[in-house]
Amino acid sequence: MYKGGTGQWAYFLHRLSGAAIFLYLLIHIVDTALLGWGPKYFNYMMQLYTHPLFKLGEIGLFAAVLFHALNGLRICIFDFWVGATRYHSQIFWGAMVLFSVIFLPVFYIMIQRVHF
Amino acid sequence: MKITLKVQKFDPEKDKKPYYKSYELDMEPMDRVLDALNKAKWDEDGTLTYRKSCAHGVCGSDAMRINGKNALACKVLIKDCGSKITLEPMLGFEVVKDLAVEMKSFFKKFKSVKPYLINQDPPPAKERRQSPKELDKFDDTTKCIMCGACTTSCPTFWADKDYIGPAAIVASHRFLFDSRDDADEERLAMMNDADSVWKCHTVFNCVDACPRNIEITKAIGEVKQKLLYDSF
Repeated sequence: MYKGGTGQWAYFLHRLSGAAIFLYLLIHIVDTALLGWGPKYFNYMMQLYTHPLFKLGEIGLFAAVLFHALNGLRICIFDFWVGATRYHSQIFWGAMVLFSVIFLPVFYIMIQRVHF
Repeated sequence: MKITLKVQKFDPEKDKKPYYKSYELDMEPMDRVLDALNKAKWDEDGTLTYRKSCAHGVCGSDAMRINGKNALACKVLIKDCGSKITLEPMLGFEVVKDLAVEMKSFFKKFKSVKPYLINQDPPPAKERRQSPKELDKFDDTTKCIMCGACTTSCPTFWADKDYIGPAAIVASHRFLFDSRDDADEERLAMMNDADSVWKCHTVFNCVDACPRNIEITKAIGEVKQKLLYDSF
């Protein structure tokens, strides 16, 4: 394993969160398509989503989308202002602070809707 | 100080897979990692294989992974590594033996970007003059010593052997932004290739690994911008 810095971890997390969002979109396409077979299957699927595991997954999905969006903006900064590459690590930690500020209150609201 | 030098060994003619061998050495804190390697080879294990030449951070022969990160063995001090130092070959290349890797593909890609001045005008009587401001545009990328530390620290390169790699892009940048060079069109076409600058995902491992502190991601970004703005 190569001991890279923040840039390497931002890259791996960007890929991971991207794959997670893609997986969610695939499932989402399937559940929406179920409408074509009438309300029975669709409602069953909606019922399945009330399971605590899916509720926890929703929190994970929010985290993945938020990270992917913030890190995407971070990458855009380097594309348009190349001088910012000198501060790439500070920009990453700035994005992580922003991530925490947005994620923690949302996490607090979402976790209360998970009933085991 | 007593150190343990743990080196990844591999002889493709004898070994099925790489293994680690440790050498207990007595070194000075201000010695370089290359000194430790030399001591291990000269005093303990003559089979230990690695590349070296100038030993002063100029030739770029002794790039390797030192405690997991690419660096030149002749530029890293023992005191900065701790008492346990792990040495492994650069990632992404075939291992010739121990720490020596096959770099033919690296130099092939480097040469493919035509890293030399192209100017069809007849040479002037004295010299092709350039202002300090014009030099500033590419001065940083003239520092490359072709050690391969940047390219082999890049996750895109590990996964995609067709990727030209940061070192070759740095070489292209050096001439692309040189006011005396007039092959912009040809160079930009090469950089616009699917296996070139657009495969850089701004991971910054190359910047951290460069022993010459070249701002590689900035240089790649400048090439990307030139491609974008020159096309309008």
